[in-house]
Amino acid sequence: MYQYDTYDQAIVDARVEEFRDQVRRRLSGEMTEDQFKPLRLMNGLYLQLHAYMLRVAIPYGTLDSRQMHLLGHIARKYDRGYGHFTTRQNIQYNWIKLEECADLLAELAQVEMHAIQTSGNCIRNISSDQYAGAAADEVADPRPWAELLRQWSTFHPEFSYLPRKFKIAVIASPEDRAAMRLHDIGIELVKQDGVLGGRVFVGGGMGRTPMTAPEINPFVRAEDLLSYVEACLRVYNRYGRRDNIYKARIKILVHEIGADEYRRQVTQEFAHVKTLGIDPPLAEFDRISAFFAPPAFETVSDDIDRSDPDFAVWLDQNVKPHKQAGYAIVNISLKPIGGIPGDASADQIDVMADLAKQYSFDELRVTHAQNIVLPHVAKRDLYAVWQRLNVAELADANLDLISDIIACPGLDYCSLANARSIPVAQKIATRFADMERQRDLGELKLKISGCINACGHHHAGHIGILGVDRKGVENYQLTFGGSGAEDVSIGKIIGPGFSEDGVVDAVEKATEVYKSLREGDERFLDTYRRVGLEPFKEAIYG
Amino acid sequence: MVEFRYRTDEVNEQPSVTLDSFLDQSNSTAVRLEPDDDARALLPFLDRLALIEIAFPKYRDGRGYSSARILREAGYKGELRAQGDVLVDQIAFMRRCGFDSFAPEGSLNPADVDAAFARYDHVYQGAADAAVPVWKLRHG
Repeated sequence: MYQYDTYDQAIVDARVEEFRDQVRRRLSGEMTEDQFKPLRLMNGLYLQLHAYMLRVAIPYGTLDSRQMHLLGHIARKYDRGYGHFTTRQNIQYNWIKLEECADLLAELAQVEMHAIQTSGNCIRNISSDQYAGAAADEVADPRPWAELLRQWSTFHPEFSYLPRKFKIAVIASPEDRAAMRLHDIGIELVKQDGVLGGRVFVGGGMGRTPMTAPEINPFVRAEDLLSYVEACLRVYNRYGRRDNIYKARIKILVHEIGADEYRRQVTQEFAHVKTLGIDPPLAEFDRISAFFAPPAFETVSDDIDRSDPDFAVWLDQNVKPHKQAGYAIVNISLKPIGGIPGDASADQIDVMADLAKQYSFDELRVTHAQNIVLPHVAKRDLYAVWQRLNVAELADANLDLISDIIACPGLDYCSLANARSIPVAQKIATRFADMERQRDLGELKLKISGCINACGHHHAGHIGILGVDRKGVENYQLTFGGSGAEDVSIGKIIGPGFSEDGVVDAVEKATEVYKSLREGDERFLDTYRRVGLEPFKEAIYG
Repeated sequence: MVEFRYRTDEVNEQPSVTLDSFLDQSNSTAVRLEPDDDARALLPFLDRLALIEIAFPKYRDGRGYSSARILREAGYKGELRAQGDVLVDQIAFMRRCGFDSFAPEGSLNPADVDAAFARYDHVYQGAADAAVPVWKLRHG
């Protein structure tokens, strides 16, 4: 885990005081809401349907138990006892009072956390692989690079008023667990002849014009990466569209001028930027990397007692292989049947923090699928961890199954939404409540957005659901065939939309078609890609 | 009107001309760049310019920040002025990008401006100002 030094702390503390001053000017009427809006947005504070919503950054989704406990404390003290983990690996609180916001941020700063750049047209929280440092297939730990990018992008004076928001992901495995190519910039760390560098993709994203990012550079040397990203951003800041908010993301620029022309401009800009000396020296990279050194793993047995059948089910579904013998990666599902995807109560947050402290070298991760990970659990401790999770109602064994739904807050909270997402997620999970049935369906990523902005990643869902407003009535469109993984693709709309209950029926029919047509180990996505839409369409609309 | 100026040389009184007219007859010493003007068009002429004014019709339009840095990175030493929708909460970023004078359309409280410049003792990244990024401080 990265730890602040006095410089990091001073910057975050100064930000708290700056925001306190901005809130004071707003509350006294010195500033209008119009003037205040971009300032509060730069600090993750949104005015939603019922109250202010605050988004707290969890850099690359990594945090320790002290920070997790504080998130629970904030849920209790400043919210109504809940926190909502997001697809950006952050946490949101839905019931924040403006007058209390600066105090809240001051408490966060005490545990090296902040809400800097969690909204606004700037470089957002850097996202990464939730299995970083634990995955067997990684070429390096991506988090030191994510931290370098975090520091470089924090209060970047040139890139704080970009045409639109800007999201960067860094991964280091061939298996993409972070939807890397659906980011404005996606970086996959790779080794070429033993040398570490980044494969850089630019111009991915969801929203109303979903696109997968084309490769712009197959290999940028590690020591050039910040300069290269700076060049990518400068070309965007100068030439990204500003005439239409819906065409302002970098994906539109890259699409309109073409990946080749964008690459040419970046190459030219990079040749200049590289002369400016903005890349920190290796010593700084080494300093940051030292914080992410592997924990003191012990030599422990690989044996697990599977005699408790409920435990065995959870083990098979939610626990993943670790690169260290005797250890495992534990996924904690925040998707109880009938619950709100990504929500956790203050008490549950505390339980997860305690478990991390006792069993996972004091580390937790937030996943873009809105779950929590304990990255380093000794196999001998898995049963004890499961028992504690079970008591806290956190032991749902549904990772990557149909009820492990990504959903945006939707019309229940969000001022942009056209339709509700949460009730649809709840109805689908309830329809498939039988766990044996879910396991039989296998990996099936279902994602729901309550409007075209696609916060619920519906474009990347094996099954995606998009809520729209049709003449004042909520209507749900279905898409099939999306993926946010290494086989990245954008889902396609299958036909006319449905009512809330109708879409649940349609999903069920789709799973039946899949079951009747699947071959071997095919997932829903594989079968769909092989047979195409027709058989599904026939069953659903026929 | 220039409200905030952080230079010791004399104010250039010559009215600034548009980029197009400057490129037509480049005997002026003051030029004004709109957000969509390419600052690099001025690079051959930086020696003879005393003032480059960069327009911010809307504070949300951040192209002027890149224009400013490009000019400073090319060695421009003259006055670089931010004009238009320049607000107290942007002014520190602007200065980091190389602006050294400000002509905001609305009035700014000088105390607020001073506070904005004094707010952060440290910066994470190099830019067009003299501030030393913390990675450099960390490693001497």
